[in-house]
Amino acid sequence: MIIDLQRFLAAERPFWTELEETLNRLENSGGAVMQFEEARRFHYLYERTASGLAKLNTFSSEPDTRRYLESLVARAYGEINETRERQYRLSPWHWFFQTLPQTFRRRIRAFWLALGITIAGALFGGLAVAFDPDAKGSILPEMFESHRGDPAERVAREEQDRDGHSAEGMTSFSAQLMVNNISVSIRALAFGVTYGIGTVILLFYNGIILGLVSADYVMAGQTVFLLGWLLPHGVIELPAIFIGAQAGLVLAGALIGWGRRETLRARLRAVAPDLMTLICGVALMLVWAGIVEAFFSQFHAPVLPYSVKITFGCIELVALVFFLSRCGRAEEEREQAAGGAMPALEVKARA
Amino acid sequence: MNRLATLHIRTPEGVVFSQELAGPMARFLAWFVDVLCLLAFVFLLNMVLAMFAFISFGLAQAVGMLSFFVFYVGYGIYTEWRWRGQTIGKRVLRLRVVDVHGLRLKFSQVLIRNLLRPVDMQPLFFYLVGGLASLLNSRGQRLGDLAANTIVVRIPKLTEPNLDQLMADKFNSLRAWPHLEARLRQRLSPAEASIALQAIVRRDLLEPRARVELFAELAAHFKGKVQFPAEAVEGITDEQYVRDVVDCLFRPGRKSATRPRPESEPAPAGSAPPVIA
Repeated sequence: MIIDLQRFLAAERPFWTELEETLNRLENSGGAVMQFEEARRFHYLYERTASGLAKLNTFSSEPDTRRYLESLVARAYGEINETRERQYRLSPWHWFFQTLPQTFRRRIRAFWLALGITIAGALFGGLAVAFDPDAKGSILPEMFESHRGDPAERVAREEQDRDGHSAEGMTSFSAQLMVNNISVSIRALAFGVTYGIGTVILLFYNGIILGLVSADYVMAGQTVFLLGWLLPHGVIELPAIFIGAQAGLVLAGALIGWGRRETLRARLRAVAPDLMTLICGVALMLVWAGIVEAFFSQFHAPVLPYSVKITFGCIELVALVFFLSRCGRAEEEREQAAGGAMPALEVKARA
Repeated sequence: MNRLATLHIRTPEGVVFSQELAGPMARFLAWFVDVLCLLAFVFLLNMVLAMFAFISFGLAQAVGMLSFFVFYVGYGIYTEWRWRGQTIGKRVLRLRVVDVHGLRLKFSQVLIRNLLRPVDMQPLFFYLVGGLASLLNSRGQRLGDLAANTIVVRIPKLTEPNLDQLMADKFNSLRAWPHLEARLRQRLSPAEASIALQAIVRRDLLEPRARVELFAELAAHFKGKVQFPAEAVEGITDEQYVRDVVDCLFRPGRKSATRPRPESEPAPAGSAPPVIA
């Protein structure tokens, strides 16, 4: 049987137009929520259009109309169906104090791996400069030009420069640091898609630079200056980059999928929310680190005693460790307890 | 990737629909439009900051740097989330990012596919990695799409066949034999009917020789399916015959032409004399 195409189009066209208008409205209005009656009407229009498509596929194969209907049904299907477990309203407070630290702990192994690779790189860089001081000049990139000379000379220069930090210069420097560090963290995440190889190289290279500069200052007897200079922003900045790399390694783990039976798509779908949480957390941490580095770290003794800077850095580190290890744990334990109680209840019910 | 590659999705209700995947060239053009938007933003930003720099140069520099970075990273994320998978470039080119299963895009998917752009853009900003990945992938996914489980599809416009233009006010000699017309609808498959319809719709695009050959072949095929009396097809071209077949198939139940009655056959009581419209 072949349907009367003209009559079919004339009869169904108003419904398709209505569905298209509803879809356009939904797609252009962001998070618009439909009333119950609107939702019912929308579902009716979707079913009617889907049925029209099935009819057209079976009894006629007019390609242009079919393509149009397929597009409409696809859009409506996408509006109706989603993979979120439940609807939720975004709460920044809950996200920051619960979701972020919980996600960090859930993926802690990737963090340790990122930290381990950086330490390996730092050891390599430190040993390189310890055995061959000339290695500094060839390894350090141009952006670290100020560290290529003698550390003691640089410390003396920095300590004498008491008026060199204008508010305007610091603001601009702070923005530059934020942009640079967030870019590095995004790259650390993004290169996870190369099965983690890019992330590992990036971490190892950063570790070399860090180890090389640190060893150079320590060997020159400038350990206090180094700690006073690095700690205030470094205790946030470095963990933030490790967390960016942690996200990259989580992505790499999902791509590799050792010993897991889910499909690649299912594995990637499962890690997507965690990647989002980690990278958003990194961005926040790096905004803070950028402000501290520009407005605090660049001031040295005698303007700002090193003891104050080191104490400030230590307090930040303790706060960060507490935040990442303790925040959201109570809720986590409650959920675990509720999850653990379920089988017992089931057994009881069966008995 | 095939130029007209499609993704087939079967809904839980059993409806199957396909989505046409966007090709690399369409995606490149959409990206180019987005780059123009980015340049327009930078131009406007510089104008605003130039005025602002008189008050505080350092602050203007900081605001400029941060604004550019936020716009550069956030443009794709914001627009694709706000407009359900479309940036300005994708709107212009009628493309859309959708979930690989046809489901609603999640914010994490939008974020990941945009944050992985630095890898796809390698080396430098030439998009060779992303371009190569999308060419090798059967769904045209770049690495960011692979990680986020997304695809980019085309959004077709509604183009319904203009049957009135083809058929209106045209005499159809086949309608004088309704029982043969019904048999024609019964014996022809939707695919055969569609071929006939498409041939009629696109006839002006064909070269004269190809047009004659195509309609001759189609007419022969349809005449083999149902044999109409000689007077029904006498004096009409193959193209007109196919057009009449399409009219019978897609517009059934229209007013029938009155068939010339043999003199031996008695006219029904009260009927009007035969008129050919």
